[in-house]
Amino acid sequence: MARFLVRRLIGAIAVLFAISVLVFLIFNVVPATNPAQRIAGKNATPQLIKNVEEEWGFNKSLPAQYWTQMKLIFTGKVVSYNSHINIDKRILEGIPATASLCIGAAIIWLSFGILFGYLSAIRAGGLTDRVLTVVALIGISMPVFWLASILLYYFTYKIELFPPSGYKPLSEPREWFSHLILPWITLAVLFVGFYSRVLRSSMLDVMNEDYVRTARAKGLSSRRVMTRHVLRNSLIPIVTLFGLDFGAVIGGGAIVTEYMFNIEGVGLFTAEALKQQDFPSIMAVAIFGAFFIVLFNTLVDVAYAYLDPRIRLGTAAA
Amino acid sequence: MSATPETAPVTPGAGGGPLLAVDDLRVGFATEDGRLQAVDGVSFELEAGEVLAIVGESGSGKSVTAQTIIGLTRSPNSHIEGSVRLSGEELTTQSESDLQSVRGSKIAMIFQDPMTSLNPVYTVGRQIVEAIRAHDSSIDRKSAHAQAAELLGAVGIPDAERRVDDYPHEFSGGMRQRAMIAMGLALEPSVLIADEPTTALDVTIQAQILHLIQDLNRSRGLATILITHDLGVVAEVADRVLVMYGGKVVEEGTLDDIFYDPQHPYTWGLLGSLTRLDQPRPHRLPQISGAPPSLLNLPKGCAFRPRCPHEFAKCAEVPGLEARLPGEPGHRDRCWLPPEQKRKLREIGGRIGLEEPA
Repeated sequence: MARFLVRRLIGAIAVLFAISVLVFLIFNVVPATNPAQRIAGKNATPQLIKNVEEEWGFNKSLPAQYWTQMKLIFTGKVVSYNSHINIDKRILEGIPATASLCIGAAIIWLSFGILFGYLSAIRAGGLTDRVLTVVALIGISMPVFWLASILLYYFTYKIELFPPSGYKPLSEPREWFSHLILPWITLAVLFVGFYSRVLRSSMLDVMNEDYVRTARAKGLSSRRVMTRHVLRNSLIPIVTLFGLDFGAVIGGGAIVTEYMFNIEGVGLFTAEALKQQDFPSIMAVAIFGAFFIVLFNTLVDVAYAYLDPRIRLGTAAA
Repeated sequence: MSATPETAPVTPGAGGGPLLAVDDLRVGFATEDGRLQAVDGVSFELEAGEVLAIVGESGSGKSVTAQTIIGLTRSPNSHIEGSVRLSGEELTTQSESDLQSVRGSKIAMIFQDPMTSLNPVYTVGRQIVEAIRAHDSSIDRKSAHAQAAELLGAVGIPDAERRVDDYPHEFSGGMRQRAMIAMGLALEPSVLIADEPTTALDVTIQAQILHLIQDLNRSRGLATILITHDLGVVAEVADRVLVMYGGKVVEEGTLDDIFYDPQHPYTWGLLGSLTRLDQPRPHRLPQISGAPPSLLNLPKGCAFRPRCPHEFAKCAEVPGLEARLPGEPGHRDRCWLPPEQKRKLREIGGRIGLEEPA
C-alpha cells in the first residue's frame, strides 16, 4: 500500500508537470494578443509596453517564463494579467462554493443513479425499466445550460419556490441549502442518467455469473442475492466513473452550472479566465483541476482493492 | 461435525414413499425462435442414501432438470409442468419464499465450475456463514463462522481454521469445489445435487472430489443426484443411471444394467466413446456421428433417429420408456429394436459401440 501510494505520488507529479507544460505552451504558441499590450492598456506607448515586458518578464526565454510562472503559482503570489488580483487566493475562496455544489450534487447523482440503475436491472424488460430508460436518456440528452434556465424560470421566477441565483456560505445553513437545490439538480441530472445506464448493464452482466446462481441455490432471498451479490459486484464501473467525474467537477469542471447560477466557485472563475484569456489564471486553474483528477483516480484505485480482493495495489500499478 | 439441531435430516414421506420423486417433469423456455422444450417428461425417484447419475451430452436437459428441482429455472420465460415432491411435499407449486427455505437446507446443489461458482469479493467462510444464517438467523455470526471452519475441515481442507478467512481466489480449483460442498452440507440437507462437479477439475482432483461425494453419501446417507457426461465418473459412484437425450430419458437402469446390458443405441455410443484399458487400443476413439438435435426442432419419432445407424421404419413413432427385457422391470429404454437384435448389433469388434472406430 505504501509503495503503491509513493509510486502514485511520483506519477501524479509527472502528470501535473506534463499538463502545466502543455497549457503553458498552448497559450504561448497561440496568444490572441500580446499580454504586455493588454496589461499596458489600449493606448499604451511602445515604451510603456516595453517597460511592462521588462517588468513581467515577457522578454525572457520560454523555460524561464515557465519557471517564473510555476514559482508564482506554487508560492501563492501569482496575479491576474487583467485585474491584478491574487489568483491562488481567488481559487481558494472559490473552493467552499464549488465543494458545496459538487458534494451535494454527487450525493444526489450517486443515490439516484444507483437506485434507478438497480430498479432497472431487477425489472429488466418490464415497465419500470422502460420508464427509467426513457428518464435516463432525457437526463443524458438535456443540455446543462438549458436545464438550468428552465429550472430558474419555473422555480424562482414563476412560482418563486427558490431564491434567485448566487451562493450563500454554509454559516447560513438555510440560505445555503435553498440557494443550492437547483444547482445540485442541474449538475446531477446528466450523471444520474449515465450512472443508472452503466449500473443497469453491469448488473445484468453480473446476474449471469455462476456465483449468483450459487447464492440462489443456497436459499438466499432474491433481495439479498441482488444487493449482496449482484449489486456489490457491479459497483466497479460506477466507482471508476465517479472518480473521474467528481475529480473533474470539484477541480472546476462544473463551469456551466456555476455560470448559470452565478455561484462564485472555481468553475465560474475558470469561465472568466477563459473569456479574458488571462494566462496565469488558466494555468493555475488547469493545474488545480488536474490535481483533483489525479487525486481521485488514485482514490479509485485504492477503492478497487476494497471492492475486489483479487486486486492487489502493488501489482495493479505495475 | 456439529449439526444444527433444528434442521434434522428429512425423513421419507408418509407411507414410506421415496425421498425425492420427480414425475413427468416438463420445462419449456420461450425463446425468440419459439418454445424450447428443454425437459420433456422426465420421471425418477431417489431414495435416501442412493446415488443417481443423470448422463447425456450438452443440451440433453440434464442440468435444466436438476435446476428445476430447486426452482432455479423459474422465470417469466419458463414454463414448468409436472411434479417434484420432496418427502411427499410438492415443490413446483411452492411460493418462491417457501422454496428458499428448501434450497440449501433440504436440497443442496453444487455446480460445474468451482472457479466461478464462489463470489470473488467475499471470503469463503463468509459465504458459508451466509448460507447457514439464511436458514437460521438465530445462529450468531461467531458460531456460524466456527461451524464454517469445521465444515471446511470435514471436506478435507487443511488448516481450515485459517483458510476459512481466505478469498476464493486464494483456493485452488479442487479446494473451491470442496468449499462448495462444505457450503452445501452446512444445513445437513437430505439431497445433494451435483451438476458436473468434476468437469472443470484435473483428473487427480476429480477422483478426490468423487471420493468425497461418495464418502458423504455413505456416511450421512446423503441422497445424491450426479449430473455428468462422463461415464467414467458414473461407473465410479452411481447406483442407478438415467441416460438423457433431447430432453427425454432414453434409458434407465442400475449401474450394471447400463454398463453391461445397455439397450439404447445412444447409450452404446456413449459407452463406445470411453477409453478402456482391458481391450486393444483403437486407432481412434469411436464417436457418435452428428450433433445433438436442436430442442427447438426435434426429429419426429425417436429423437436419436437421425444419428442412429440402426434406424428402421418403426422409429418414425415415438418409443415409450418401457421395460423391454423380461424380468427386469427397473431397466427401461426408448428403443424399438427387439432386445435380442440389440445384443447382436451393439458388439463391434468385441466392444460396445455404435460405429467402427475410424
